[in-house]
Amino acid sequence: MAAWLERNVPKLVLAPSFVAVLVFVYGFIAWTAWVSMTRSRLLPKYEIEGFIQYDRLFAAPRWDTAINNLFVFGALFIAVSMLLGLLLAILLDQKIRAEGALRTIYLYPMALSMIVTGTAWKWIMNPGLGIEATVRGWGFEGFSFDWVIDPDMAIYAIVIAGVWQASGFVMALFLAGLRSVDEEIVKAARVDGIPTWRIYSAIIIPSMMPIFLSAFIVLAHLAIKSFDLVIALTGGGPGYATDLPATYMYAMAFSRGDLGQAASSAMVMMAVVFAIVVPYLYSELRAKRD
Amino acid sequence: MTDPARGLPAAPRAGQAALRWLLFAILGLFALFYLMPLFVMIATSLKSLEEIRAGSLVALPARVTFEAWGTAWSSACTGIQCEGLRPYFWNSVSLSVPAVAISTLLGAVNGYVIAQWRFRGANLIFSLMLFGCFIPFQVVLLPMARTLGFMGLTGSISGLVFVHVIYGIGFTTLFFRNYYVTIPVELVKAAKVDGAGFFRIFWSVFMPLSLPILMVTVIWQFTQIWNDFLFGVSFSQAGTQPVTVALNNIVNSTTGVKEYNVDMAAAIIAALPTLFVYAVAGKYFIRGLTAGSVKG
Repeated sequence: MAAWLERNVPKLVLAPSFVAVLVFVYGFIAWTAWVSMTRSRLLPKYEIEGFIQYDRLFAAPRWDTAINNLFVFGALFIAVSMLLGLLLAILLDQKIRAEGALRTIYLYPMALSMIVTGTAWKWIMNPGLGIEATVRGWGFEGFSFDWVIDPDMAIYAIVIAGVWQASGFVMALFLAGLRSVDEEIVKAARVDGIPTWRIYSAIIIPSMMPIFLSAFIVLAHLAIKSFDLVIALTGGGPGYATDLPATYMYAMAFSRGDLGQAASSAMVMMAVVFAIVVPYLYSELRAKRD
Repeated sequence: MTDPARGLPAAPRAGQAALRWLLFAILGLFALFYLMPLFVMIATSLKSLEEIRAGSLVALPARVTFEAWGTAWSSACTGIQCEGLRPYFWNSVSLSVPAVAISTLLGAVNGYVIAQWRFRGANLIFSLMLFGCFIPFQVVLLPMARTLGFMGLTGSISGLVFVHVIYGIGFTTLFFRNYYVTIPVELVKAAKVDGAGFFRIFWSVFMPLSLPILMVTVIWQFTQIWNDFLFGVSFSQAGTQPVTVALNNIVNSTTGVKEYNVDMAAAIIAALPTLFVYAVAGKYFIRGLTAGSVKG
């Protein structure tokens, strides 16, 4: 008995976590998948009825808005954060004296809760008292900036706050990448008189492709899970103009009492995340084994 | 490739210096962009409501008052209760301390097993845990709400601790596994020859080597759990909400006059613990962020 224990102690130690992950991750996903195929409303029902919830979901105008918003927000948030992050990383890479301080300043928003970020930007973009009033006070009477209450523009207000929060993080990733490029190659190129911008565009940036991929994955993941930022900044409004799949799911689960819709929208979210993350993780894990 | 500039004299000093200045100007402007919201929050929190209504967003307070801070801490309304952020701040403290401690400890032991006591299937288990890190939590919200009900933990701090531990294990295991995998297996072998057992090796050999990764993991978990909103808003009830949920309730409560200075003071209070951690241990915070995305 003691010998058996001795031999199996590593497995026994790992077992509780393994069981927890099996039940609370994979088991729960299975439960949600199951309920998404039923007629559940306020309480779960367990008779499989097929894809009716998904039919309802894709027929719902509110879900349509949420998916469109996800694409608009996701595309802009990812593109602008990457461009800004790359620009800042390259500028910081020019042997800047105050690099440490600047890096700290660019990255601190990442330590904040999205609720704090949303609260701050909601106030800054407040039409009556925020930037709008300030710029008008400077003498530009016709200046108008009311994106947070404009149904067509509110999603862009969320992009601004999101980029503010995440771009410093992308900068840190890229800066680490720039620093890991082989110094010798860069030196050789300089000796050959190749202009700096060519060195970046032809040598350094192409060698950083894995980091672009990582940054993309992280940002895409953040975009799909974005919930707090929308809740704090616009509450999904005006109306449901800034709903994202995450806020739609939450509304169905906790205020509308429509479990079937909540489950099916959560499953669609997971499908989107997995479509992006699984190929990436798979290649990462394989690369490690080789 | 021939360079058209070769043979010409080096770029004139003045041009070089101007370029340098431009570089600093651009970097400085971006620094202002990132600092502006923090500045606006602090300045607004120190103004009176009259000054906020009359003045500009970016102006310094003409008369500094800490009244809004007092209100935000102890009497702002989060709905029908008007006790300020204080009780919720302590809720966040009392849920994040055990949740961080337990998930970090489990991650350390798991990482130690997966990296150093390899057995058949260990890699599969690791892969399953890793995939678990990436699920959108919406997909587990409904069954977790019911499970907490069965366990009698609905709306309790212990329930939130449980949830944060469960969904934190994946990342903490990843951190420790990637750290321990760089330690040669000969170390364990040698210790075994000396008669040390599984736990003895962990405590006396691995733990003393683990301070950096312990810092990274604790900071990562603390930031995640303190800043969490989704689990907090889904699984708490009046009285047990974490500080992020209370902050959102204060800001979006519709009763009475909108007190922007109180909102801003409350936002800063909710942000202070993670900002403090960032200020004193930023190095580890950044390492955690990058380890979470660039593995290996």
